[in-house]
Amino acid sequence: MRGAVPPLPRNGAYGHQITAPVLFITTGAFIAPGETIVTKLTLGALAAATTVLTPIASSAQTEIEFWHAFTGRLGELVAAQVEQFNASQSEYSVTQAHKGNYSETLNAGIAAFRAGEQPEILMVFEVGTATMMGAQGAIKPVYEVMADAGAEFDQDAYIGSVKGYYTTPDGQMLSLPFNSSTPVLWVNRDRFEGAGLDPDMDLSTWQNVEMALDQLAEAGEECPLVTAWQSWIHLENFSAYHDVPFASQANGFGGTDTELMLNGEAQVAHISKMGEWAQEGKFIYTGRRNEGGANFRSGECALFTESSAGYAGIKAEAEFDFDVRPLPYWEGVGNAPQNTIIGGASLWVMEGHSDEEYKAVAAFLNFLSSSDVQAQWHQDTGYLPITTEAGEATRAAGFYDENPGTDVAVIQMTAKEPTENSKGLRLGNFDQIRGIIDEELEGVWAGDKTAQEALDSAKERGDALLRRFEQASR
Amino acid sequence: MEKRVTFKGWTLPILLIAPQVLISAIFFFYPAGQAVWQSLFIPDPFGLSMQYVGLGNFEYLLSDPFYRASFVTTAVFSTLVTLCSMILALFLAVLADRLIKGSGTYRTLLIWPYAVAPAVAGVLWLFMFNTRVGVVSWYLGQLGYDWNHVLNDAEAMGLVVVASSWGRISYNFLFFFAALQAVPKSVIEAAAIDGARFWRRFFTIVLPLLSPTTFFLLVVNIVYAFFETFGVIHTITSGGPQQATTILVYKVYSDGFVGQDLGSSAAQSVILLVVVGLLTVLQFKFIEKRVHY
Repeated sequence: MRGAVPPLPRNGAYGHQITAPVLFITTGAFIAPGETIVTKLTLGALAAATTVLTPIASSAQTEIEFWHAFTGRLGELVAAQVEQFNASQSEYSVTQAHKGNYSETLNAGIAAFRAGEQPEILMVFEVGTATMMGAQGAIKPVYEVMADAGAEFDQDAYIGSVKGYYTTPDGQMLSLPFNSSTPVLWVNRDRFEGAGLDPDMDLSTWQNVEMALDQLAEAGEECPLVTAWQSWIHLENFSAYHDVPFASQANGFGGTDTELMLNGEAQVAHISKMGEWAQEGKFIYTGRRNEGGANFRSGECALFTESSAGYAGIKAEAEFDFDVRPLPYWEGVGNAPQNTIIGGASLWVMEGHSDEEYKAVAAFLNFLSSSDVQAQWHQDTGYLPITTEAGEATRAAGFYDENPGTDVAVIQMTAKEPTENSKGLRLGNFDQIRGIIDEELEGVWAGDKTAQEALDSAKERGDALLRRFEQASR
Repeated sequence: MEKRVTFKGWTLPILLIAPQVLISAIFFFYPAGQAVWQSLFIPDPFGLSMQYVGLGNFEYLLSDPFYRASFVTTAVFSTLVTLCSMILALFLAVLADRLIKGSGTYRTLLIWPYAVAPAVAGVLWLFMFNTRVGVVSWYLGQLGYDWNHVLNDAEAMGLVVVASSWGRISYNFLFFFAALQAVPKSVIEAAAIDGARFWRRFFTIVLPLLSPTTFFLLVVNIVYAFFETFGVIHTITSGGPQQATTILVYKVYSDGFVGQDLGSSAAQSVILLVVVGLLTVLQFKFIEKRVHY
């Protein structure tokens, strides 16, 4: 399906390419005095250029805007999806625009809303979910958009653990999941063999991973384990996977009067272990985001806990044999393995547009969640398919057999029905709370703090932010 | 005797100052007033509702030990940046001033870094000191020093100070160089004839003559370190590790534009405004007395 990009722009654009130079010439012709020519010409050229660049909707077409946070390969894939949608019908036209990284895109959306110029569709990352949900009057829930437009919308078609993140307590979808991933364990098989370890050894539990780390370190490996997104993987997902709460009130789903519970026994034990590994040189800390990816892809590190969406990059760059394994769990702790939770973003529909425009939005969202588009997206990027059907289509096409391990994330997410602790997180000010957790964890890795001290302090500081969010959304 | 130029009537002087007053009002007083107003509320990000909290935002901030620590971090950071960039710039300016041949080339090269935007400068330095792939950290590793600014407070601070000072040296150099050129040659020559050596001439004659420039640069550089180093910090450390490089203005950004906590962010802006205002007043009151024009 992908690649069915229309070779020619639609009629509307052609009409304008002819008028634009005319406009340019007339602007230029009136100018007599020498000095002003430059500026006027530039202005004329600018005006001409912008009229050509701005997609022109013929009067019959409804035009909507879609703001996203993707660059590079992902940006190209999104642009292709939009073009494909525009070519597939003639009633609606979607314009996509890149607005910076996740935080910047959310800010752009908020600033635009304040100025009354919000786009119809805004991409918001998962930690911004509580902020968006609290913004009644700024957003229009997806289930409402679909119902008003009379579009066909089967909420049960979506994978539970993906959808769960973005639904109301009674299961109504507020935003459309777009790109969702979950953490997995990446293995450099060459490093294992180099250290005299069987690369096929069982790495499903942290107990086994610890044995492997001991041997890797003993064999003189400089980077046995590295991680990306430490809070997301080693606390948020860790809690869900072991079925222990990360925050009270069902991780915030129950209300804004929630408190962090990340300093529980299970989490403290895990972070404490990681701290020991850091001191012994078995776990290498490289930064708060996904800096560790460079170390793993260069072949330096043996094990890497990172999002399943790291697939595209690792596949493109790794010059060694690699494996994807499920995220490890501590045998005997909590109800592990439960299911892991997602990261990534969803699409929110903003308030303040016409019924016609919402119809266009509904059509576009339906197109995005169609099985073909989803399956292609899943295979191109390593993000999870958001519908069960798209996952099955991928399996039927033989993708998982050709690319072993690409289904690990899907299985890990869907093996069990999510519990209160593993449905996801819905905490206000969560971007900042993650920053606090990062700081505290750095204290543990540096050996300045014990895991208990660091997580207690993260709870105390995080709770203060949760109270502020509660106050702001009152 | 002082000469005074006087205007007849008020229209012309008012017209003449109007553009500046207008610009200050629109781009300074109005936003500053907004910040003061907003600091009294906890608004939701979308501007749909506001909770009046009086001085609650200030109370919340000042009771936060990390916010208080940020004052110390800012003081250390801005002192280091100001000293580093000014001393090095003065040193280079003195050297360039003594050049007879090719001083034009040196000047151009030394001014060059000023054209680099802070965020870009940050990325450049980050590349060199990247804990795994950085050139400098690799050489340090060869010398047996394990560079890790991701976890080490002092190294992180050192790196952001160096990166922030780097571009600033050019700016300071330009002013020092111009000021050095303006030092009358006859005075220097007279001192030389009296037998004063270079450094003695420098400290007793040149430096005092440079004092107006030095004072100006001191004020400007402190303001720079307070407000404009944001890009460097954002790209290199994002305020870490453990808030070791979170200066006040970075916290304003991260609370306001990452955390969407506009109330707290506004309160911080107000505090920052007061701090910088006070600093400037202090500088003019105490240091300017020692400046000879």
